[in-house]
Amino acid sequence: MGVYSRPVMFAILSAVVILVGTMVTMFVPLMLPSTQPVSEYVKPYTAVELEGRDIYIREGCNNCHTQTVRPLVTEVARYGEYSKPEEFAYDRPFLWGSRRTGPDLNRVGGKYPDSWHYQHLYDPRSMFAKSNMPAYGWLARRPLDTSYTFKKVSVLGYGYGEDEVRKQIDDYRSKVTSPDYLAKTVRDRITPPELRGQLTEMDALVAYLQKLGRDVKRLARGSHTGGVAEASGLVRNPYEGDKKAIEEGKGLFKKYCAVCHGEDASGEIGPNLRDSKWKYGGTDADIYQSISKGRPGGMPNWDVKLGKERIWKIVSFIRSIGEK
Amino acid sequence: MEERGYEYNVVKGFAYSALFWLIIGLLVGLWIAAEMFLPQLNLTPWLAFGRLRVVHTNGLAFGFTLAAIFSCTYYILQRLTRTPLALPKLARFHLWLFNAAIALAALSLFAGMNTSKEYAELEWPLDLVVVVMWVIFAINVFATLIKRRERQMYISLWYIIAMTVTVAVLYIVNNLEVPVNLFKSYSAYAGANDANVQWWYGHNAVGFVFTVPILAMFYYFLPKSTNLPIYSHRLSIIAFWSLIFGYLWTGAHHLMLTPLPEWIQTVAIAFSIFLIAPSWGSVINGYYTMRGNWDQMRTNYLVKFFIFGITFYGLQTIQGPTQGLRTLTAFFHYTDWVVGHVHMGTMGWVTMIISASFYYMIPRIMKRELYSIKMANLHFWLILVGQLLYTVTLWIAGIQQGAMWKATNPDGSLTYSFLEVVAAMYPYWKIRFLGGVVYFVGIVVFIYNLLMTVRSPLAEQPKPEPSKA
Repeated sequence: MGVYSRPVMFAILSAVVILVGTMVTMFVPLMLPSTQPVSEYVKPYTAVELEGRDIYIREGCNNCHTQTVRPLVTEVARYGEYSKPEEFAYDRPFLWGSRRTGPDLNRVGGKYPDSWHYQHLYDPRSMFAKSNMPAYGWLARRPLDTSYTFKKVSVLGYGYGEDEVRKQIDDYRSKVTSPDYLAKTVRDRITPPELRGQLTEMDALVAYLQKLGRDVKRLARGSHTGGVAEASGLVRNPYEGDKKAIEEGKGLFKKYCAVCHGEDASGEIGPNLRDSKWKYGGTDADIYQSISKGRPGGMPNWDVKLGKERIWKIVSFIRSIGEK
Repeated sequence: MEERGYEYNVVKGFAYSALFWLIIGLLVGLWIAAEMFLPQLNLTPWLAFGRLRVVHTNGLAFGFTLAAIFSCTYYILQRLTRTPLALPKLARFHLWLFNAAIALAALSLFAGMNTSKEYAELEWPLDLVVVVMWVIFAINVFATLIKRRERQMYISLWYIIAMTVTVAVLYIVNNLEVPVNLFKSYSAYAGANDANVQWWYGHNAVGFVFTVPILAMFYYFLPKSTNLPIYSHRLSIIAFWSLIFGYLWTGAHHLMLTPLPEWIQTVAIAFSIFLIAPSWGSVINGYYTMRGNWDQMRTNYLVKFFIFGITFYGLQTIQGPTQGLRTLTAFFHYTDWVVGHVHMGTMGWVTMIISASFYYMIPRIMKRELYSIKMANLHFWLILVGQLLYTVTLWIAGIQQGAMWKATNPDGSLTYSFLEVVAAMYPYWKIRFLGGVVYFVGIVVFIYNLLMTVRSPLAEQPKPEPSKA
């Protein structure tokens, strides 16, 4: 009976049958502008960020971390602005992932300071006791191999010349080895002395993580002025002097803030909150604003994550421990 | 009975290879399952979860499952064509090349040479080896089919042909990459396109490795083991063509709510729902084949494997399309639920059918009686209980995880930090590990039983092949 006794015909027919769906859903989209939008604001990775990305791939970070924020209310609250197709124009391969054993990383760039990442990669459980992330301290003990970097950016067509690549690497090395580098203390602690003057694999990985979502954030910052009313000083702390709220604020501080500001708020990765020095103002409204909207250099925004009430309680707690 | 000239050594060789890679893959699986709640087990770079998970998936999908597929294909092919393998020397080279490729694959993945694309992680030199290996296999399949002495091709051969053609297309297209050096390359596609090509591949690797060839085994070994003809030939024709037509449209259900154009996602989910029909076509065909002979569930130890296997296939093919629906994917995607889903397919359907196929095939080609039916029953119950403990635990875990990620306070702020959700998962991850251990013990019993069969004395009378089907 027909094709069931003609193996070669059968194979050809099977190929035709499987190619229909393939053409419509895979091959045609390859040619469409909607799957490969490009935008001015999205910049390719620098040479060092690219090397960091390759380490991310080598270590299989994508097996536990996604890099795509879905347009869902709680997801945007947790991670930030949802992902746009043009952000991935330079991603070969894509790293969207399929499982969130750890959190999404598409908006992690700029969320925390470099020192946070060094400490966290070195020993995740020193910051979060219940974390199950593997420790990657050994990356700080391996010098970064840049012998293929130029070839890599050429293959990817990022358009950097050999000198430009060299310069990017040198510049980044100068940045992280400078005595003024903000993460110097922790970097020196985890990097063996003979490598402190060079780029390590850890340096590159941190550079890559800090790039994730940065272009989108920069775009958003330009168009946002948010929170003027809250910051105007007309807003009063509803819990001012409320003992119960201060106690609750203490618990919240331990849970969310202590990892960077220290258990006693005297500062570690983030600044000391006990002293009377306030970079962004020390009124209740100012502190509220810093927590709610975040500050440059690694203070994340907590508005949608914690909500007004909990932030005010934390403000009350911070005020209660301050040196008068 | 024209047994003369049949090439069974390569069937045996691939069966042993499958069992070897099965043990390796499961040990790695147990290790990473333990790492989920004991992060101290990430002892060295090559023992870290990120590298090991890839060794686990590749080792079992390709080391174990593909070897079992090659073994059963070479057997079924010769039986159904009533023709010895056309190129037995080439098949022996295939066996050798396969094991070399898998060993190199494991080593390179341990070393972190990894393209990051799921189930296509191997770097380009090994991709080339895989392609050569597949061509060698395809040549033998088609040469034997052309030489065949049985005019009509039985259902299993359709599935084998479809697999041979489709895997070649999938593998080559998704692995197109530009080399930087021998150990590093970059995908030919970028961003959303790369994602779309990858999941077109990823989902169809499931379709044409974990489904199509396993159905070939099911359609051949179930009638053989029970001496019952398949219920409906017409149903199997409809199920076959609609299955292989529908599968290729569905990859993007892995990318729901991502930046991939929405229409591709919608088409994918529509075809995923459509796929329930052909999948259940085979399930119904299997159930109805047993019509009036359900007593064999008690009297014939092999039937349990086939019927439970096809049942898990049926459940899998309902759960999959359902969890892909936008509302549900928003809740379940990225949670442990999906890990549970995958493992019902692999630990339930795939392994049960391969187990029964080996139990049928190996004693016959070795001309020996199975060492112990009691042990085969023990093996069945252990892998069943182990799998259920594993999958049900992860489904519950996934529901809790999804709910905690989404929980909000009255003012709209998030109730739980990410870490609180991680901490809540530890009990589930421990039970999942336990499920894995029970399953592993079942597999050890399976392998011991087969080894003892091979080592037992020749059966007095060689087991005759039932002549039907």
